[in-house]
Amino acid sequence: MKRKDLPLLILIFLVIGFVFSTSYSKSIDSSYSLVEINKNVISNKENFTKIMSVLTHERCLNCHPNDNIPKQGDDGHPHYFGMMRGKDDHGFEATKCSTCHQAENNKYSGVPGAPHWGLAPASMGWQGLTHKEIARSLIDKSKNGNRSHEDLVRHLTEDKLVLWAWEPGVDAEGNTRKVPPVSKEEFGTAVKQWFEDGAIIPEE
Amino acid sequence: MKISFHINNQPQTITIEDQNTPLLWVVRDLLDLKGTKFGCGKAACGACTLHVEGQAVRSCSFPVHLVEGKKVTTIEGLGTPEDPHPVQQAWIEEIVPQCGYCQPGFMMATAALLEEIPNPTDDDIDNNIINVCRCATYYRMRKAIHRAASIKNDSTTNSVNS
Ligand code: FES
Ligand code: FES
Repeated sequence: MKRKDLPLLILIFLVIGFVFSTSYSKSIDSSYSLVEINKNVISNKENFTKIMSVLTHERCLNCHPNDNIPKQGDDGHPHYFGMMRGKDDHGFEATKCSTCHQAENNKYSGVPGAPHWGLAPASMGWQGLTHKEIARSLIDKSKNGNRSHEDLVRHLTEDKLVLWAWEPGVDAEGNTRKVPPVSKEEFGTAVKQWFEDGAIIPEE
Repeated sequence: MKISFHINNQPQTITIEDQNTPLLWVVRDLLDLKGTKFGCGKAACGACTLHVEGQAVRSCSFPVHLVEGKKVTTIEGLGTPEDPHPVQQAWIEEIVPQCGYCQPGFMMATAALLEEIPNPTDDDIDNNIINVCRCATYYRMRKAIHRAASIKNDSTTNSVNS
């Protein structure tokens, strides 16, 4: 090799080095983001599943009927005495939810209670819906009482009637009512995370 | 703890250990007002119905601390023998009671209904009067509810005209 060819050779090596280094770093980048996306997809799905396991539990679903009839018990049977939604989701004109249900559980009668005890609006009738359908209805402002994501997070994690699901008291026989399958804290974390991640409804 | 409220327009203060004691027990056992009845103790029969702030409630399922500062009316305070409430008048005229045990609860529920719906239809009655009568006086009760509505409406019209 002639001495005068040296700069040219160095230049060629530099160019090759540059091309290799950029393509290598690109492949690291894309594989890194794939892992990230996968992780996000998995955690989104987990959060969604946790949320749905609560929303479809009897403690919640019994007051989200799709036929204007409140439900009771772990078997979700129709509320005794022919009680129905009424005009304002709180029963009939004189015999209302609050005729029997007060703002707290009653351990003497076994009647459950929490503030503003009543049915969720008819537009939020979830009984018989799939998880996806429930989620779509949950985040649909035309159905959810015009609630933003922030409003929904607050509602799901702070509303006393929602939180009653984890403190449902005893029934008329003195037996403690069943609570949802995930804890209140776990549910709260899942709700916050799911909405933070954009409230994406996962594919089955 | 002490709990103060009005019952049948009289001020009342009670001292009670358990603030969750059912109002029914306080009314019957502490205040000796025996008109309100115990039927099921689980908000199912309506025998214990009385009014809190004019609203019908099942007092067997109503913790006494919730009446603090409120107005309670029992069947004893609904009317008097000299001046019966339209519901009591109608009940007498239609000779509704059989054994009578459930009747105070039905009358209190009806009085609350007429405040919300002055002329209840049969459907309104079916929806709102869901107490239980073992003697099955439902037929006479329905007639009495309609009669009570007309007595009440007549008396309202008369008092407006006079
Ligand atoms: S005794 Fe209260 S409803 Fe039966
Ligand atoms: S009159 Fe006897 S239970 Fe009603």
